[in-house]
Amino acid sequence: MKLFYHIGRYFILVWIILQKPERASIYRRQIVLEMDNLGLQSLGIVAIISVFMGAVVTIQTAFNTDHPLLPIYAIGFATRQAIILEFSPTVISLILAGKVGSRIASEIGTMRVTEQIDALEIMGVNAAGYLILPKIIASMIINPALVVISMFLGIFGGWVASAITGVVPLSNYVYGILFEFSQYDIYYALIKTVVFAFIIASVSGYFGFYAKGGALQVGHASTKAVVFSSIYVILFNLVLTQILLV
Amino acid sequence: MIRVNHLWKEFNRKPVLKDISLAFEKGKTNLVIGQSGSGKTVLMKCLVGLVEADRGNIYYDDRDFSAMGFKERRAIRKELGMLFQGAALFDSLTVEENILFPLNMFTTMTKGEKQKRVSFCLDRVDLHNVHHLLPAELSGGMKKRVAIARAIAIKPKYLFCDEPNSGLDPPTAILIDKLISEITAEFNITTVVNTHDLNSVMEIGDCVAFIYKGELWWTGTRHEILHSSNKELNHFVYATELMRTLNPGK
Ligand SMILES: Nc1ncnc2c1ncn2[C@@H]1O[C@H](COP(=O)(O)OP(=O)(O)OP(=O)(O)O)[C@@H](O)[C@H]1O
Ligand SMILES: [Mg+2]
Repeated sequence: MKLFYHIGRYFILVWIILQKPERASIYRRQIVLEMDNLGLQSLGIVAIISVFMGAVVTIQTAFNTDHPLLPIYAIGFATRQAIILEFSPTVISLILAGKVGSRIASEIGTMRVTEQIDALEIMGVNAAGYLILPKIIASMIINPALVVISMFLGIFGGWVASAITGVVPLSNYVYGILFEFSQYDIYYALIKTVVFAFIIASVSGYFGFYAKGGALQVGHASTKAVVFSSIYVILFNLVLTQILLV
Repeated sequence: MIRVNHLWKEFNRKPVLKDISLAFEKGKTNLVIGQSGSGKTVLMKCLVGLVEADRGNIYYDDRDFSAMGFKERRAIRKELGMLFQGAALFDSLTVEENILFPLNMFTTMTKGEKQKRVSFCLDRVDLHNVHHLLPAELSGGMKKRVAIARAIAIKPKYLFCDEPNSGLDPPTAILIDKLISEITAEFNITTVVNTHDLNSVMEIGDCVAFIYKGELWWTGTRHEILHSSNKELNHFVYATELMRTLNPGK
């Protein structure tokens, strides 16, 4: 029963968030601010993870496809597909669910328990809209950008691994990553990312917005935000893959 | 004017407000007094709709607030200012931005006008050279004063103050009290102030309502409060040695 309560309240919140803003210009400014807070400040961790992820995927693929019938460029090809289709959109979104989700939930939760949200409501501001909508929009803009960067860096990581360890000759790796490239894969990855961004920002916003009590409960809210947005990301990953690829 | 009709509120089956009926008059400073935990904050939050009452009605100048949907309420809220017990300043914004916030949101003032309004409001609460500080860099009393400045920035028609001077030294407390009562008279607004400070009561209490364990126990003026025969009220008023020496009969 508790689950239905939360789901119902979540959709009511989303409906409130999507109400027409009182001042579009203020929302626009918030969106830019949040793009910096939520996106650019995650660039470092995204870059590091992507390079290493790409390197590991390349080395592992090389070890697992050691078969005379498989052309050696298949390693580059497999690396590219894995990174574009799955690792960049999903793994990076999960990382962001942790980093951005906890940030959103604790920021909004703190505002709730210190009555700052009440203060907004009292002024006649749509507090949910003002606080959460810019974060959702900012995430939906900036996360795809991060994922594209992650794709490049992941593939670059694979190239570096090939260069250092020599598991694949570089020319074969490059041939592989260019082999039968389909634009649709990128669209698929970006559509997933945008949906995940919405989930992460709105679910975390939900847990923050309905936090109750004090600092301890804000901590709980932010843990829940990370756990549930990760679960929903995984769940929707399956659903979207089924819809978009099959 | 704000009228409250037979208001009830309970939390987890524990009644906190019991059948409160009361009117807060326009152009006067209406005080709600009572001991800690008597329900003052809950009453104020019911008035502004942050807490939903279980039963009863609230009228803002004959507009039935309790029956309104959230869009209509939002329209009324643009006419009210509130000072929270814990100040509730926006942490991420500077003092200046805090006061600018409602102005940016709801007015079409030019930049210069807004700047002037901010300086005016900060002057009124006797704060200078704090424009660019963050709330975390202010003392408790300064936060309160910034919160008042923010509440009066958009010239509210209804002003709610939850313990405006708790945590302030006596001269500053009196300054804040005087400020609230001056603004009330000057702009002819309806002001409700929660307090348990007797100095405030004697200083600005045009109309005083005493809440005792969630019930409305006594109403009157600051002059009447010293001569009431109500036992619980006297217990509240004459709790200190100082008050007893002023009126040895009690
Ligand atoms: N959200 C809530 N949930 C449960 N109980 C509450 C809630 N808010 C207030 N109460 C209870 O209502 C009673 C009145 O609280 P309230 O905050 O109105 O007191 P107060 O008169 O403002 O006291 P103080 O002078 O200390 O601020 C208290 O017993 C408190 O425990
Ligand atoms: Mg209180």
